[in-house]
Amino acid sequence: MQAPSSVRTLVIAAVAAVLLMVPLAVSAADAAPNDTCMMCHGDGAAKNAAGKSITVDAKSFAGSVHGQMSFKCTDCHSDVSADKLPHEPKLKPANCAACHEAPVKEYLATAHAKARAGGNMVAATCSNCHGVHDIQKSSEPASRTNVARIESTCGSCHGNDAVIQKAKLPGGNIVSQYHDSIHGQKTNGKGPAATKAPTCTGCHGAHKILTKNDPESRVNREHIALMCGSCHQQVYSRFSASQHGQMRQAGNSAAPTCIDCHSAHRIQQHAGTQWQLDVIKECGNCHQDFIATYRDTYHGQVTQLGFTRVATCNSCHGAHDVLPASNPKSMVSPENRVNTCRSCHPGANANFAAYEPHGNPHDRVGNPILYYTRLFMQLLLAGVFTFFGIHTLLWLIRSLKEVGKGRGGHDGH
Amino acid sequence: MSSSTLNAARPIAAAPERYYRRFAPTERVMHALLMLTFIGCALTGVPLLFADHTWAGTLVAFIGGFRAAALIHRVCAAIMSVVFVGHVLRVFIRALLSEDWLGYFWGPNSLVPNLKDGQDIVGMFKWFFGKGPRPQFDRYTYWEKFDYWAVFWGMFIIGGSGFMLWFPTFFSEFLPGWVFNVAMIVHGEEALLAVGFIFTIHFFNGHLRPEKFPMDLVVFTGRLPEHELKGERPLEYQRLVSAGRLQSLEAQAPSAQAVLYSRLLGTLGLTLGVLTILVIIYSAVV
Repeated sequence: MQAPSSVRTLVIAAVAAVLLMVPLAVSAADAAPNDTCMMCHGDGAAKNAAGKSITVDAKSFAGSVHGQMSFKCTDCHSDVSADKLPHEPKLKPANCAACHEAPVKEYLATAHAKARAGGNMVAATCSNCHGVHDIQKSSEPASRTNVARIESTCGSCHGNDAVIQKAKLPGGNIVSQYHDSIHGQKTNGKGPAATKAPTCTGCHGAHKILTKNDPESRVNREHIALMCGSCHQQVYSRFSASQHGQMRQAGNSAAPTCIDCHSAHRIQQHAGTQWQLDVIKECGNCHQDFIATYRDTYHGQVTQLGFTRVATCNSCHGAHDVLPASNPKSMVSPENRVNTCRSCHPGANANFAAYEPHGNPHDRVGNPILYYTRLFMQLLLAGVFTFFGIHTLLWLIRSLKEVGKGRGGHDGH
Repeated sequence: MSSSTLNAARPIAAAPERYYRRFAPTERVMHALLMLTFIGCALTGVPLLFADHTWAGTLVAFIGGFRAAALIHRVCAAIMSVVFVGHVLRVFIRALLSEDWLGYFWGPNSLVPNLKDGQDIVGMFKWFFGKGPRPQFDRYTYWEKFDYWAVFWGMFIIGGSGFMLWFPTFFSEFLPGWVFNVAMIVHGEEALLAVGFIFTIHFFNGHLRPEKFPMDLVVFTGRLPEHELKGERPLEYQRLVSAGRLQSLEAQAPSAQAVLYSRLLGTLGLTLGVLTILVIIYSAVV
């Protein structure tokens, strides 16, 4: 037997009503406060008394990490109560530390936080890097803190010339420098290196960004080699065994570390002409006598003219493994010198290698032969030019007089 | 002496004048080759001595980079060396063939300095101050002899050191290493002397002084007008007349074409040389 159609309709309606009520009831319990907020903040044209937009993009919040976790607005804006609306025009900043205690604690010790505490409100706080209502996990490709987007996130200040000038940010436009560096080229490129090459946070850290002068900083001079070495392990071990590395280990903080030759943000591949030419000057910053004598050689002259291919400092001394000539392992030690010359001059022999690449003709005691050779040549030049300079000048004056008299100046008349 | 002698090339347009041969074709070609290769070496070598100046890098880049510059430098050096060796051989062969080989090296036609050159230097200085007549010269004046021997010495010094630096592995088979340090200093300093001397003193003596300005074409055309031979080298003129040899040296006036090409070549040399000197002076001052 069949129930009357009216009864059937009623049952269907009841079941449908119940089924519909369940989600409504659930959302009434959780989302109702957000709906209340969105009554005002969901209006795209809504402005506060000062004329500033107060719109919150509901869709963007729903997609954020907090939205996905069904946060209520009042979870962060705890000083707003549904009982008292409209709320005060000025709310307290969201207290991220209420949940994220450890990173905020790290942040509070950093250059950014100290600058803010000192009244510099340009300095980044949580929301400048993570966003406000649209915060995403850094593993999300769209997140501001995703590896692929860190450069532009940091760059919104450290790559923005107007902000850099206004806030006197250290180092100038370091993000632009980074962008053109080998690291920046990798992270902005494709392939496996894109996620492995360091972006800003790779060296500076995420929350604990300290200035390079802070002994705790990852980019402090004392920690640079170790930090670069965390990726460049083989270079690190060669550098540690080198003269420079040993000097650093002995506590000489003036001894060069990675960034002195490679720079901090402009790091280039060593094959580049400009880098090869620049690094000569880097060596010369400390080794002034040696760059002066290097510039007297053909190698030094050609590189100064702006060309490579000829020997630069590291061609003979090595790069990361530079050692003094007294060390038998050094490329310029008496044992290895001929082989070092042969890397470019295949026919080099012991005499060839006895050429003094840093012979100083100004050093009478150390290089008497060169000193007196140069002295002789200079006296010769001075003598010839003095005699003929006078000869020419007197001749010119006399000839001009002859011409003035209407005479040719030929002799014998 | 008429003022027309101010310009060596002008007389061709004036009344026909006798011309006499001063330089043989071989000598003219040698001078032209020497001049061009010298300028080639100077333009590609001087930038190295002033490598810290912007113009030097720009010039070498314009030439086509340091390897192109090095190639030009070495090609010019090789040609210059051949010219030099050819000249020395020619001198000795001609001396051997000459009836009076001693007179070939020690006569008025020789470039070997003699006592009269010393007297002429004193005489010129007296003339500079108006204290005496201008000395009477023979075929070669003392400044021409100095030019010649300066180049001769320079060939050994710059050429010798240059070949050592060009072929260091070969020379180090039998020379100690410090010789290359000496070669490097000597090559640069002597080159500066040569460039400085040729592009100022030789230019003035030979071309730029008021009597010759802007240039003397005799080394290109090989011939000079009678009034110049008589006026500038009276002893040679008298010697040739009394020996009855003047006639045999008489030559046609250089053709208009020869004069044109000579002027072009001379202008090229003078311009590049003077520019080089200006750049060196600028670099020394700045």
